[in-house]
Amino acid sequence: MDYEFHWNIVFQKMPELLQGAFVTLHVSVLSMVLGIAIAVFLAIAKMNNTKPFNYVAVGWIEIARNTPALFQIYMAYFGLGAFGIHLSPYMAVLSALVFINAGYLAETFRGGFQSIPDAQYNASKSLGMTSFQTYRYIILPQMFRRIYHPMTNQFVWSILMSSLGILVGMSELSGETQRLQSLSFRTLEFFIVTAVLYYIITKFVLICASLLSKRLFKGEI
Amino acid sequence: MIKIENVRKSFGELEVLKGINLDVEQGEVLSIIGGSGSGKSTLLYCINAIENIQGGKIFVDGIDVHNKATNKDQLRQKLGMVFQQWNSFPHLTVLENVALAPQIVKKMSKEEAIEIAQKELKHVGLGDKFDMYPTKMSGGQQQRLAIARALAMRPDYMLFDEVTSALDPELVGEVLDTLRILREEGMTMICVTHEIAFAREVSDQVAFFHKGVIEEMGPPEQVISNPQKETTQAFLSKVLS
Repeated sequence: MDYEFHWNIVFQKMPELLQGAFVTLHVSVLSMVLGIAIAVFLAIAKMNNTKPFNYVAVGWIEIARNTPALFQIYMAYFGLGAFGIHLSPYMAVLSALVFINAGYLAETFRGGFQSIPDAQYNASKSLGMTSFQTYRYIILPQMFRRIYHPMTNQFVWSILMSSLGILVGMSELSGETQRLQSLSFRTLEFFIVTAVLYYIITKFVLICASLLSKRLFKGEI
Repeated sequence: MIKIENVRKSFGELEVLKGINLDVEQGEVLSIIGGSGSGKSTLLYCINAIENIQGGKIFVDGIDVHNKATNKDQLRQKLGMVFQQWNSFPHLTVLENVALAPQIVKKMSKEEAIEIAQKELKHVGLGDKFDMYPTKMSGGQQQRLAIARALAMRPDYMLFDEVTSALDPELVGEVLDTLRILREEGMTMICVTHEIAFAREVSDQVAFFHKGVIEEMGPPEQVISNPQKETTQAFLSKVLS
């Protein structure tokens, strides 16, 4: 093999890579928080059958789940630009990820709600609980457990998909890597280190999620 | 006293209760027997207003259950109910399952609710299972947990909906024993059941439901041991054979 690895430059630029990694984490956390909030409304709207909200919800969910993330990001950056709405690369990627997360999580939430047997509602009712108490103490805690791991997966997906920010010039981890390697021509070294950084970030998130779930969930569903 | 007057109930086109009349006095045990689809479980669901009715009236201690002005959540505190499918709350421990409703519905202090929960769990023979999660328990134990959970609300009446039907045969006895204890303590109970021998032993009255009407009703010596109607005889000979 003729290729000679030069790692020095990569380590010199590590602070900038880490800065990019921070932006990656930042945009994916924010996309999850906003995505979850919107997903709750979409799930309720889709289950409720109240026009026109259910049409909006169904349309949103269908588009988000059945078109590529790349398309969403392009639409947010170039598509909206054509209408005179100019989003920064960060905002374009964030809104695309929020759009997709909301669509996917809405279906996760809907599934979570519908997976709780009617018997749980009847048992709560028969004990004299109000609807609010039934949801607060019986339904939501069980639903949250069931959707916890799918939600974690969606979070990891968001971290990895934010790398598409590279295409609209966003300075997240992949974007920074692209910039730094083009200045130094150490393409392979930079991308190898970046891959390791992605791995560390997602592993870190998964381990935290799993530790948290052990603290949160004691019984079995 | 539970008073049921000419109650009619339909699911869409299908009329499942076609004018039911019966009274259950304080301290009395009524068993309802009959084939599946005869409307016996539906009647229980109507008594505590989980299902609405299309005609007639149900009174619990003089309160008109299906009147719009009746606070149903409050009414249900009088009526404990145990279901065929033991629906314990899987995310709570056994003790929490029982202590939850007294705390949030009756606004008891935590200490008070836990004290009652421990007492009721011992009552049904689960005194050593406080910190277990229900999914780790057998069906019979979960069903006794459901009974303790209902009793912790200090109900005046208990409604049992085929509580042994979903159990493995060897677990039926422990649940029936728990019901016998309640009977001896004077609890007013309505039991929808397929356990004919049990119904004969504990009931003051037995009602035989057939296609949404009461075909025959009276003391067990009459309805079970000496049925008058052909439909009752046919049903009993099928289940007792």
